[in-house]
Amino acid sequence: MSVFNQSRSRVIQIIFAAVFVVITAQLVHLQLFSPKYKMAAESNAIFRKVVYPDRGIIFDKKGKALLQNTISFDLVVTPIESKGTDTLALCNLLGIDTAEYRKRMRDIVFKNTAVRPSVFEPLLTPELYAKLYENMYKFPGFVLSERKARTYPYSIAANLLGYIAEVDTGFLRKHREEGYEMGDYAGMTGLERSYEKVLMGQRGVQRFIKDNRSRIQGAYENGMYDTAAIAGKNLYTSVDVELQQLGEKLMQNKVGSIVAIDPKTGGILCMVSAPTYDPNYLTGNQRRKHFAELLVDPRTPLNNRGLGTYYSPGSTFKTVVGIVGLTEGVITTHTSVSCAGFFPGCGNGKPKCLDKGTFTLRTAIAHSDNTYFATVYKRILDQNRYGTADSALRIFNKYAYSFGLGDRLGVDLPSEKKGNIPTSQFYQKRYGKFNSCTIISNAIGQGEVNTTLVQLANVMATIANKGWYYTPHLVDSIEGGDEYELLEQYKVKHHALETISDSVYEAVHDGMQGVMEFGTGAAAQVPGIVVCGKTGTVENYSHGIKQKDHAFFGAFAPRNNPRIAIAVMCENAGFGAQSAAPIASLMIEKYLRDSIAGDERKKKAEEISKTNLIPAQMKAEMARRDSLKQVKEMQQIQKKIEDNSELNNDEEPEQEPRPLKDSTKKKPVAHVAVLINDDKKRKTRHNIL
Amino acid sequence: MSRNNNVSQGIDWLVVWLYALLLAIGVLCIFMAEYKTGIDWLGSFLSGKTSYSKQVIFAGVCFIAASFILLADSKLFTAFANLLYAFGIVLMLATFVIGKNINGSKSWIPLGGGFNLQPAELCKIFTALALAKYLSRQETDFSKVKSQVIGGIIALAPAALSILQNETGLALVYFSFFIVMYREGLPPGLLIVGISFGVLVVATLVVEPNVLAIILTVIAVLTIYFLRKQIKKQKSILTIIVAVWFVCVGVQRFAVPYIFNNVFQCYQSTRIYSMVGKDYDCELNRHKGKRPDKPVKKPDDYNVRQSKIAIGSGGLLGKGFLKGTQTRGKYVPAQPTDFIFTSWGEAFGFIGCVSFLAVYLFLLFRIVKIAERQRSTFSRVYAYSVASILFFHITVNVCMTIGLFPIIGIPLPLISYGGSSLLTFTVLIFILIRLDADRQMVLR
Repeated sequence: MSVFNQSRSRVIQIIFAAVFVVITAQLVHLQLFSPKYKMAAESNAIFRKVVYPDRGIIFDKKGKALLQNTISFDLVVTPIESKGTDTLALCNLLGIDTAEYRKRMRDIVFKNTAVRPSVFEPLLTPELYAKLYENMYKFPGFVLSERKARTYPYSIAANLLGYIAEVDTGFLRKHREEGYEMGDYAGMTGLERSYEKVLMGQRGVQRFIKDNRSRIQGAYENGMYDTAAIAGKNLYTSVDVELQQLGEKLMQNKVGSIVAIDPKTGGILCMVSAPTYDPNYLTGNQRRKHFAELLVDPRTPLNNRGLGTYYSPGSTFKTVVGIVGLTEGVITTHTSVSCAGFFPGCGNGKPKCLDKGTFTLRTAIAHSDNTYFATVYKRILDQNRYGTADSALRIFNKYAYSFGLGDRLGVDLPSEKKGNIPTSQFYQKRYGKFNSCTIISNAIGQGEVNTTLVQLANVMATIANKGWYYTPHLVDSIEGGDEYELLEQYKVKHHALETISDSVYEAVHDGMQGVMEFGTGAAAQVPGIVVCGKTGTVENYSHGIKQKDHAFFGAFAPRNNPRIAIAVMCENAGFGAQSAAPIASLMIEKYLRDSIAGDERKKKAEEISKTNLIPAQMKAEMARRDSLKQVKEMQQIQKKIEDNSELNNDEEPEQEPRPLKDSTKKKPVAHVAVLINDDKKRKTRHNIL
Repeated sequence: MSRNNNVSQGIDWLVVWLYALLLAIGVLCIFMAEYKTGIDWLGSFLSGKTSYSKQVIFAGVCFIAASFILLADSKLFTAFANLLYAFGIVLMLATFVIGKNINGSKSWIPLGGGFNLQPAELCKIFTALALAKYLSRQETDFSKVKSQVIGGIIALAPAALSILQNETGLALVYFSFFIVMYREGLPPGLLIVGISFGVLVVATLVVEPNVLAIILTVIAVLTIYFLRKQIKKQKSILTIIVAVWFVCVGVQRFAVPYIFNNVFQCYQSTRIYSMVGKDYDCELNRHKGKRPDKPVKKPDDYNVRQSKIAIGSGGLLGKGFLKGTQTRGKYVPAQPTDFIFTSWGEAFGFIGCVSFLAVYLFLLFRIVKIAERQRSTFSRVYAYSVASILFFHITVNVCMTIGLFPIIGIPLPLISYGGSSLLTFTVLIFILIRLDADRQMVLR
């Protein structure tokens, strides 16, 4: 029988083989011609962990660290492992209620799944960290995880240094090729932003194998493909910590700015923007709240007024007008112009002048005579050889541009403003046809001329150098070399127009020295140092209403070997001689002598720092916000008290002696009322007395 | 194994070595699937708590069982064949009374001490013996339809019981006996009909019902057109064609949907449908109520996808021993048991897989060769049974891991983790070796 079907054994063998061939064919397809499975396997099983390097540190010119790195801690939770946590104890430590705890957990699970670690409470305070650290055994599933943060030992130069913050989607879109990821920190303003590339260092990537529930199983291929994190490079700046400190102190209770430049190098020695804030204020877990506070402050402390706002430079601009006048030959140093109280050239009695008399260039600068410079300006624009006012203005602007005005200087800080040197096109658009009288205000730095403070300081530096400057900058050198050639532009020497001769500068220097010796800035003399300065008092309007004048002062010192060029501005502080000049004087002394000599000068510094020159408008706005806040707080307190009493009533209605406690609880409200009444009484009494 | 000359004489050592080789590969695969970095594998191996150490213990048990079988007399198997078959059927019936529910199938008998017996597994051996016994009877003429039907009943009775136990996978194994019966004279037409039926079922799943009905009708009409001369001579051909057409459309329109909606579990239907890339609507399933209505997060082909990823990512040469990321990450569900092939495929790649399959194919061909050299029908039928069962297991298991077959929980012989299955295959193979050693005897 078996013989009968012998051939079928072959058939069976063929069936076996055929099926195995089919299987092999599928294996060929899967293993040899389907790279997608390899990719799927990698995305399944490989976890990329980014290792963050230390950010670079920023040093001042003497090697003091303006900011440093510190480690702060986040409380991180893996929800799935957090069963058995002593929720109550944790809530008590964190100062939240269990409802909040549950809400956070729900959000975390929703956003980042239950199996992956998420931040539960970021940036713990040291005290909270210590408390949590002792109690961590009670909280399975929770860990304290490191995070690098910035700290500012001197608490200064907030606007200059800038801050780092978590990147948002907009940032990621803009910097797509640079490898940022959600949750990364990046410099948002100041040096942190300008030098982000250098400071951030190079992130490392570690690859781990993860399992089907995203738990790490170990290094992938023993770390063969891992890259190490490379720390960010340090920055060495030209900032002088002590000068910056003094500047910030002097600018307390004021709105304005100080920019000081080393005229030899263009290095910015200090850049104070007032009001400022403690940069440490924007680290730590209250960051969001503090940031919101700063953002809505009417004094705009987040704006770096050194270059983020432009003003009419006022009389400080007369130095430039004088230089142009002399060079173009419309005046000589002996030319004299007399003033009877106003400029008669345009027939409208404007601009007025304060001191009557006859002035040469030197005395005109010293006493800031408006008529003199209006005359000079009109002469320049009306020169027959230029033809029209148009081309004359073009010549004038050529000078102004060569001093770095009218466009961004290129300071290594973000959001620098251009300022404005009005062109003939600008006026043609505005007035159609114009002549020298239309724009006569420019002669005294009013009108449409706008400069930032750093531009003004740069003009002072250029005058001090007699015709050249380096672009003002903060960073002198980068640790390990300037890899991205960020500093190249600061090594280029810029020249003012070559036609300006040294004697022209000398004449202007004479005038500026006169300012300090017998002119408008005489009160701001620095004993023993020859300072050249120029005051400025700038009329300004807000919403069409004339405000108190801005006070300006520009100076450099010492005259023969200038080492500092400075521009000071106090918003709505009145005469430049009164507030801005003394500040500049103290700053110059501090920088050149390392300290302020004499009790009288020290006292003066204290006095200045205490003088409150906050513009009235801002004061009013702040007061309005404060009172609103107070009303809200009072309402909240009252509501709380009511809630408490209600609670008490609800919980223990049967207790008899309770009413007593209730009455005591309600009393504080009455007290407040009484206090207010008392105040009123006292005030009235004062009035009577 | 005793080195007694009497016992070892005639033993096919090649099969024994292949058996041992596969067993070793199995332990290795389980070790790979279980391994974690940083764990003292030797310590945990010796502690006996891990799957691979348990598998080694099972292998020890199998060694003892194999020794006993080799020491036994071949006549014993012929003598007890029918009795054992009856015993097996009784055990399977017993599960309905004292059965224990494991993983949704009530097919296990608790033995105490944490051990459970699945009679359907054992019944494979008993059925093989019983079929061999029946076909080797002097009075059986397998060319007769009656004998064929009886053979079919012997093979399929345990399958029917398995289906009642909700073990569809195991039930399918019993269809492998048709290969044996084909060898013993089952008309080849049956095979063709069977394959055609399979094609029809797949077509039903893939093609729209109405389109398929039209296609079938067109085929029938064309057949009538081409055979019109024969039909003129013999009217009965037309009747046959119409009948076949009628049956086909009936199967396609009613039988297949009925089976999917009423016989299969919801998850089984879903798996089969997902094989051909379609979604199955569980609302239609009669068993839907039995399944708790939890939302399905992962698609039902998650297993197959992960399994294909693991094997596919192995590439030509594989990722290397213990370097499979998918295996170490436990991405493949049920990897030590049903999906053990993935750990091999990932670690050793295409070359490894082909060599591995070659070992199996070599074993199968060797068994067929052994079968053909038997003098007695009993031994031959039994040998073919062993080959068929092994072939069926390997095919279905490997095909399901590489996405050629719906997921049916049947193990890879000698490789998959599990004592029950390992013991069954050991006994199957060693009975064959014993019978082959006595191939000079005529057993009935």
